[in-house]
Amino acid sequence: MSAVTPADTAQAKAAILGRIRSALGDVPGDERSEDVEVTRDYVDSHATGDVVDLFVERVEDYRATVIRTSEADAPAEIARVLSGHGVGNLVVPPGFPDALSARYEGLRLSDDPPRTPAELDASDGVITLAAQGIALTGTIVLDAGPGQGRRALSLVPDLHVCVVRSSQVAADVPVAVRALVPGRPTTFISGPSATSDIELDRVEGVHGPRTLVVVLISG
Amino acid sequence: MSRDEVNVVWLGSPTFPKAAHDALQDDQLRRNLKHATTTIRDKRLRAVAELDDWETLRLAGSQIKDRVMRHLDTYLLQLEASVTAAGGVVHWAEDAREANWIVTELVRAKGATEVVKIKSMATQEIGLNEALADAGIEATETDLAELIVQLNHDRPSHILVPAIHRNRTEIRDIFLREMGKHGVPAPDDLTDEPRALAEAARVHLREKFLRAKVAISGANFACADTGTVGVVESEGNGRMCLTLPETLITVMGIEKVLPSFADLEVFLQLLPRSSTAERMNPYTSLWTGVTPGDGPQEFHLILLDNGRTKTLADTAGRSALHCIRCSACLNVCPVYERTGGRSYGSVYPGPIGAVLTPQLVGVGTSDHADSLPFASTLCGACYDACPVRIDIPEMLVHLRAKVVDAHRGGVPKPEALAMKGAKVVFGSPRRLAVAERLGAIGGRIAGIGGGRWLPGPAKKWTGARDVPVPARESFRTWWRKAGRG
Ligand code: SF4
Repeated sequence: MSAVTPADTAQAKAAILGRIRSALGDVPGDERSEDVEVTRDYVDSHATGDVVDLFVERVEDYRATVIRTSEADAPAEIARVLSGHGVGNLVVPPGFPDALSARYEGLRLSDDPPRTPAELDASDGVITLAAQGIALTGTIVLDAGPGQGRRALSLVPDLHVCVVRSSQVAADVPVAVRALVPGRPTTFISGPSATSDIELDRVEGVHGPRTLVVVLISG
Repeated sequence: MSRDEVNVVWLGSPTFPKAAHDALQDDQLRRNLKHATTTIRDKRLRAVAELDDWETLRLAGSQIKDRVMRHLDTYLLQLEASVTAAGGVVHWAEDAREANWIVTELVRAKGATEVVKIKSMATQEIGLNEALADAGIEATETDLAELIVQLNHDRPSHILVPAIHRNRTEIRDIFLREMGKHGVPAPDDLTDEPRALAEAARVHLREKFLRAKVAISGANFACADTGTVGVVESEGNGRMCLTLPETLITVMGIEKVLPSFADLEVFLQLLPRSSTAERMNPYTSLWTGVTPGDGPQEFHLILLDNGRTKTLADTAGRSALHCIRCSACLNVCPVYERTGGRSYGSVYPGPIGAVLTPQLVGVGTSDHADSLPFASTLCGACYDACPVRIDIPEMLVHLRAKVVDAHRGGVPKPEALAMKGAKVVFGSPRRLAVAERLGAIGGRIAGIGGGRWLPGPAKKWTGARDVPVPARESFRTWWRKAGRG
């Protein structure tokens, strides 16, 4: 069976565009879209004080754990976090620095070749790098770059350990958006999965990882 | 009413006053709603107060939307080109029937008989789940609240917390009774602890996520310049749908297009704070066409009209299309707080529903939709709360006049019906006075920001019509003047 193609809806397209154009009879024919003023007087950042401290505070606000460490201590801290959560097998995306997970003694599951969703589901956790952090909103941004893996990796396992370097922390949303690379599959993560659908009680972890640990490496 | 319009307004819905009257008898509903609206309202004020440039952001948001609407054809064509260049396929649908047909054919071509869905108003609006069921395809809602509503064969009562009318014990009973019929059953010893209920949903749905070949979503925005589509959510069910299946089908109202990727910097600030009153929602997903080796390898974007071009044609009603579905206006509305979303009998409840629903179905075509512009005190709180500065009160007045025009000589007069309803809603004059005083304060604060949205050059219809436009006056004043108080 063949699927619908754009040719099948070409008539609808013509009709909709026609209706839009006649609906916009009040718009002068020579008006260009840029002629409609957009006032961008809003500030680039609402962050005050130390941006990295703010990032830590805001991530913790979401009841995620933040561990601050140095480059030298990071491998030991990461091993401690993983064993603390009882991780016996860990998914490691391609490009994740070997040195960072060197002290971890459990089983490493490479995602190259890609694992099935069921295999990811059966793992204990995943460790990734990030593309950015956003201080004001306590957000980590993943864009599938090296060491971050494809999107399913940071989603299906129940524990996500995310390594962010303090130099990656942007102050606020506008600063972060301008640094994004459009076209990359991008996920903003602000705390663990959560719902307030039952009598507005917050419950963590409906579908995504129920535990988010951010390992923040200074420098 | 044709099947096509079933879900913009729900088939057989009573007019607002009648439904409101029934809702007011439901103490549980009123308690839950009051709790929800008050909680979210207070939180939202705090979230908004954190940004000292909130008014500037609102203005930018509304100006960006204005730019989009005035050049919608250009932006849609640009979006189509950029999505296509990124490996996606773009389809156009004039109405619900066409959109449902496209989705059904795409699912069939994959040989799938079940799909997973992300909560989406556009797909509710077109009655997609029902259309898929007719074609033998089971669509599972994966948002927790939508799942509760779906399993109970219920209607949502709030955009943001659709199952707010159900308490934890009811939810447990629904899970125990229904989950087993559709997949992994709830454990026999399920308690009514929210954590236990969420866990049951996690297990029930995870099995579906891991198996699903096709997912269906809506979109919060789509950037014309890059073809990037975005969905904001809390639970991770969206990410599951957007990431795991082989095929992703997104149904998007044509008004959701944004000029550029850079505009996300405005809307990613406005939306979460207005909606869930958070600095940022837990998950935001952005994708552009398909990415080899990551996520669905087939992506279809369906651009849906279904009455939007009709709305666009009314220069005084056009800005209803600016709506980013944050639900802030619902939570501040004194009428909504008492009657709940289902009284509006539409997929779009509350103040925005009162202006959008009659425009989407067409003023004068349904007594029920025509009663909605009267489901308001014109207190102005919705305008004050709206992150994209939609002047809902102004539009309500405009639409009331259109309804009166459309019903000239018709019986019963919808506004007379609405009067009865509003009286029911507020019960006593004292309570109404309080609601309006609160509203008026909100209105004044909003006024300081200056420059109410006014329709451009075309107040055309005002010249042509022969009944006076109702002044922007309070419901109470109007009531008294009309000699009914
Ligand atoms: S009308 Fe404004 S406040 Fe209401 S849902 Fe839409 S964007 Fe939000």
